[in-house]
Amino acid sequence: MTSELDIFVGNTTLIDEDVYRLWLDGYSVSDAVALRVRSGILEQTGATAAVLQSDTMDHYRTFHMLERLLHAPPKLLHQLIFQIPPSRQALLIERYYAFDEAFVREVLGKKLSKGTKKDLDDISTKTGITLKSCRRQFDNFKRVFKVVEEMRGSLVDNIQQHFLLSDRLARDYAAIVFFANNRFETGKKKLQYLSFGDFAFCAELMIQNWTLGAVDSQVDDMDVDLDKEFLQDLKELKMLVADKDLLDLHKSLVCTALRGKLGVFSEMEANFKNLSRGLVNVAAKLTHNKDVRDLFVDLVEKFVEPCRSDHWPLNDVRLFLNQYSASVHSLDGFRHQALWDRYMGTLRGCLLRLYHD
Amino acid sequence: MPGKLKVKIVAGRHLPVMDRASDLTDAFVEVKFGNTTFKTDVYLKSLNPQWNSEWFKFEVDDEDLQDEPLQITVLDHDTYSANDAIGKVYIDIDPLLYSEAATVISGWFPIYDTIHGIRGEINVVVKVDLFNDLNRFRQSSCGVKFFCTTSIPKCYRAVIIHGFVEELVVNEDPEYQWIDRIRTPRASNEARQRLISLMSGELQRKIGLKVLEMRGNAVVGYLQCFDLEGESGLVVRAIGTACTLDKLSSPAAFLPACNSPSKEMKESPLVHPPSHGCRSTHNSPIHTATGSRLTQNFSVSVPTLIYTGMGSGSAGKEGGPFKALLRQQTQSALEQREFPFFTLTAFPPGFLVHVGGVVSARSVKLLDRIHNPAFVGIMGNTRSYKLLDWNSFNSDEPETRDAWWAEIRQEIKSHAKALGCHAVVGYSESTSICEEVCILSASGTAAVLNPRFLQDGTVEGCLEQRLEENLPAGCGFCHIPYDELNMPFPAHLTYCYNCRKQKVPDVLFTTIDLPIDATVIGKGCLIQARLCRLKKKAQAEANATAISNLLPFMEYEVHTQLMNKLKLKGMNALFGLRIQITVGENMLMGLASATGVYLAALPTPGGIQIAGKTPNDGSYEQHISHMQKKINDTIAKNKELYEINPPEVSEEIIGSPIPEPRQRSRLLRSQSESSDEVTELDLSHGKKDAFVLEIDDTDAMEDVHSLLTDVPPPSGFYSCNTEIMPGINNWTSEIQMFTSVRVIRLSSLNLTNQALNKNFNDLCENLLKSLYFKLRSMIPCCLCHVNFTVSLPEDELIQVTVTAVAITFDKNQALQTTKTHVEKSLQRASTDNEELLQFPLELCSDSLPSHPFPPAKEHLESASSNSGIPAAQRAVTVEKASPMGEGNFRNRSAPPCANSTVGVVKMTPLSFIPGAKITKYLGIINMFFIRETTSLREEGGVSGFLHAFIAEVFAMVRAHVAALGGNAVVSYIMKQCVFMENPNKNQAQCLINVSGDAVVFVRESELEVVSTQQPTANCQPSCTGGEVTT
Repeated sequence: MTSELDIFVGNTTLIDEDVYRLWLDGYSVSDAVALRVRSGILEQTGATAAVLQSDTMDHYRTFHMLERLLHAPPKLLHQLIFQIPPSRQALLIERYYAFDEAFVREVLGKKLSKGTKKDLDDISTKTGITLKSCRRQFDNFKRVFKVVEEMRGSLVDNIQQHFLLSDRLARDYAAIVFFANNRFETGKKKLQYLSFGDFAFCAELMIQNWTLGAVDSQVDDMDVDLDKEFLQDLKELKMLVADKDLLDLHKSLVCTALRGKLGVFSEMEANFKNLSRGLVNVAAKLTHNKDVRDLFVDLVEKFVEPCRSDHWPLNDVRLFLNQYSASVHSLDGFRHQALWDRYMGTLRGCLLRLYHD
Repeated sequence: MPGKLKVKIVAGRHLPVMDRASDLTDAFVEVKFGNTTFKTDVYLKSLNPQWNSEWFKFEVDDEDLQDEPLQITVLDHDTYSANDAIGKVYIDIDPLLYSEAATVISGWFPIYDTIHGIRGEINVVVKVDLFNDLNRFRQSSCGVKFFCTTSIPKCYRAVIIHGFVEELVVNEDPEYQWIDRIRTPRASNEARQRLISLMSGELQRKIGLKVLEMRGNAVVGYLQCFDLEGESGLVVRAIGTACTLDKLSSPAAFLPACNSPSKEMKESPLVHPPSHGCRSTHNSPIHTATGSRLTQNFSVSVPTLIYTGMGSGSAGKEGGPFKALLRQQTQSALEQREFPFFTLTAFPPGFLVHVGGVVSARSVKLLDRIHNPAFVGIMGNTRSYKLLDWNSFNSDEPETRDAWWAEIRQEIKSHAKALGCHAVVGYSESTSICEEVCILSASGTAAVLNPRFLQDGTVEGCLEQRLEENLPAGCGFCHIPYDELNMPFPAHLTYCYNCRKQKVPDVLFTTIDLPIDATVIGKGCLIQARLCRLKKKAQAEANATAISNLLPFMEYEVHTQLMNKLKLKGMNALFGLRIQITVGENMLMGLASATGVYLAALPTPGGIQIAGKTPNDGSYEQHISHMQKKINDTIAKNKELYEINPPEVSEEIIGSPIPEPRQRSRLLRSQSESSDEVTELDLSHGKKDAFVLEIDDTDAMEDVHSLLTDVPPPSGFYSCNTEIMPGINNWTSEIQMFTSVRVIRLSSLNLTNQALNKNFNDLCENLLKSLYFKLRSMIPCCLCHVNFTVSLPEDELIQVTVTAVAITFDKNQALQTTKTHVEKSLQRASTDNEELLQFPLELCSDSLPSHPFPPAKEHLESASSNSGIPAAQRAVTVEKASPMGEGNFRNRSAPPCANSTVGVVKMTPLSFIPGAKITKYLGIINMFFIRETTSLREEGGVSGFLHAFIAEVFAMVRAHVAALGGNAVVSYIMKQCVFMENPNKNQAQCLINVSGDAVVFVRESELEVVSTQQPTANCQPSCTGGEVTT
């Protein structure tokens, strides 16, 4: 006796969250059944393995049919074939677009191209995430990227509108799209200590302040591309370190203000010029795409690592950066105050976030 | 010109890409009704076209309005080649033809293609302007309402229940026409869909005419079926019950909010306590009426079983003369009818007086092949699919089919007569076809009815009052209707355990729902008998003879199994009994489903006694006693599980008046048993009513084993195949209707009856287990209206299709509800008293408490015993509910996403929606779909294919209901699911036929807030409709 056909169709589509998770994680039906058996569900419900097998198959089939709709979530809302309560629809979408931290760290900043897709095998081996799940996550990134890439308006809003994601997840996707578009290097060894959250935080600040959208909300790609004009202008900041008087004045202003307030005052005093040079040079180099990509590498090399080697506490870093930014306003010979604020305001936020072990 | 049909095509969405180059589609729409076709403009390059067409107007006869479906075809415009069809929508406009139903059909319909399935949606608005027609000889029957529901629909009152209406139409199946060889599968499927749609329309119109002739205005319990006879044609037949219904206009009439549908009826002005007494036996006398007529149509009429109790015409002392009067009147009312049959399964209070038992008849027929070459040419004509054309060629054909059914109905009628009944209720007909053999089956419950509903008000008056005086609550229907001294077969009678006045049988089998006023102890459960019999492959008459020879044995064994299982559950009555016999190439399958209950009025069932054949063999005896113990344990366990604890009744009260020689029914397995054995066994257990199972061969052993293999549902689950579960009345609003299909392939080697039985049994049991597992998040819940259908698509394939609804209920609230229910009923009784002085006082105030085991006491007791630990109990339920995966389903009522536009449409096989009030019936839904694929593997194999198709069928039903302005389908049924596969060719085909009643319901909680005239559910359709019309 073999089962040729075995299906269950409810007027309200049954969604088992646990099975959905297993499916999303890319397990085959037999693996999923084995995992469910291990979870002790048989004992809880008194079911048999055959029942579990049939149930799992059914759910997998349903998910497979839903997948096409999940690729364009608004379709899931308007379609008539599966009657799913709104709260469940939201759950299906949210989980489908959720991604693994380990995976996103591997792909973040890479071009979402066929080439990268070929590397998914390695990523799968490295992260222990099934290849199937890697593919889904990669395809999600790519799909979202393609849809919002050239769209007008706020990146987060666009993502939310076209993929019906929660605010939190939409922000994450905005970061992924932003990173993929600007190809920021995140894979270097010295950047390994950073989490996706760190990068996403920086991405949000950069989108808010450094993109076209920060100055004009009516342009295409406004949140995706950096404001080229702004990057060009950043060259002007170079005088802060090139002009020796200015540099000394800046240093003395900062030191005066922070004396007695900083645990690592002497180290700061000793390193001020190096640090300042580092930060300003990063700005000045951003005209080249290559250097834009290395932004995070540079920030870590030029600022995070020196401070860390001197064991600056986070609070001291904060005090220093605040003072360092603010003191420029008192430099009479420096005319690019607005430019400095746009640059440093964001950079300060990023650095504070990046500064941890 | 009696009608103007107006159609507007608004927009499309989610269309498939038809032009690979542009990834877009140039869509336009053809709107066809009868022979008139209109087209919209082509909407270039869009997957979401906005046609916003003018109103297309069709001026048509109302006859055509009834017969024809509106056909909407969406096409992709192609400049150079033929336009490609995207898909079609068929809209049945019948609901627009009667005044109280829908006024407009407006909404998004899935665009369906028989090869690709659903391909996008189209927004359509349809209206009908009907002109008054003064022609009295018209052929249409506009205005007659149809209901699938097998009880009086909730917002109506039955003025008169006229009786049985039936009709059938025959045509050639397009799939078997010569032209099918040269046309595409799509064209063939569409021809079939359209033909069946036409035939259904015609059938409905003809039935409507019959109803008008009977001066009725509605058909209730309308059941339409298709017989796909292959080369010999296509039969569409329908039966129903003609009624005159009155709409209950005052909201007070369907009063408050009660969870159980039953109460509603009690509130109706017709309330009066039902009859009393009860009895039934289930003896299985085999009325073998094997009249084989081998004329041009081979036909074997098969023995029929009458399951039931037999009766007492003599009745109780007071009841006697009155009963005779009643009978006389009923008789005269019914005798005017050819067939006093009723497709209803639930009745207005007081309608059902006595129930005799199940009557059924089967007949085996050979289908004739029709070779009529001349026929083909004509079919090409314009209105070729009109059946009349066909009939002119084979004019005897429908008559033949009619004659077949008439024969069977006659038999049913005579069986009912033998049981002392004039009527048959819960009546249904079915067929099973394999190649050219066809088994026709009919079954129902013999009953005595109250004439009051059967004719115009003349009889009312004093009779009614007397009825009320004489019939005590909760047991009347059990009392035997037949003459005790003149029983058609030996039966075992006792005085009713409830009223003590009338006689009742020891077991009662019926095809109807449990009457709402029946006094039941404990809960009910689903009981199934399953059986397979191998049959030699044979041709034509030899085959039919072989089948008809097997049938009586199958019936007998099915019945035996049912009895045994019923006893094993410690219950004494079956409701909703449905026995399906399916014929295949090399086997016959029997599947009987029913809901077992313990009726307080019937005697306590005895146990099951096992007897060995060779009593002297020690080890054997040990084995037997082991089995015996197991059985006894199971019975005890079941009694606990289903809370069957009837109060002890002292022997003097019950037993004494009837001299009882042997208080037990024997099940005779082998003819060879001796009478000594009987006495021997008698001594072994003093208890009366024992049921003896003799184990004299391996077969019997198997049977005993199979008895014990049925696993009860996991805790928190109940199941039944009736509308409501006896013993549960606190439904909460969550419902989940589902269809599950399984096909197994038998290994063709060593097929024996036992192996086959085991396979079949496992198939059904596993299917049930799967359902329990899948629906575990709804616990505590009950599977209601569990409907199994078996078919044998091929030699080694068995297909089982189950449709049911899972309904949650509240464990804690149960106690309160029952309590208040009792209070309410007491209260009501007393108010009734004041209002209607003719109501004898004893009935209301005395009768309830004075019963030895009145329901009130029962509930109150359980309430008080449990009230001590409410907190703990609640904790348990909460714990159970929350950790479940699907727990969130409960949030369905949560505010929907802002951008969600699809309204929820509930579907249920029941006639009601728990926790809600049906405010309007919008019309009947009767849909037939074919789906075919030539890329089976790519669509996920057979499971993927059928899963998608069933989901699509649900979607199309929901869309039609929503477009009518409804938010639910009640009495939903999947009448046919014919699945054929050819994996080698990577092909499969499936035909599905579903029906139900589209309704508008309002949640009871909203009822007070929302005005009844504007149900919230109308929101979606009326919005779109509004936009368009202005």
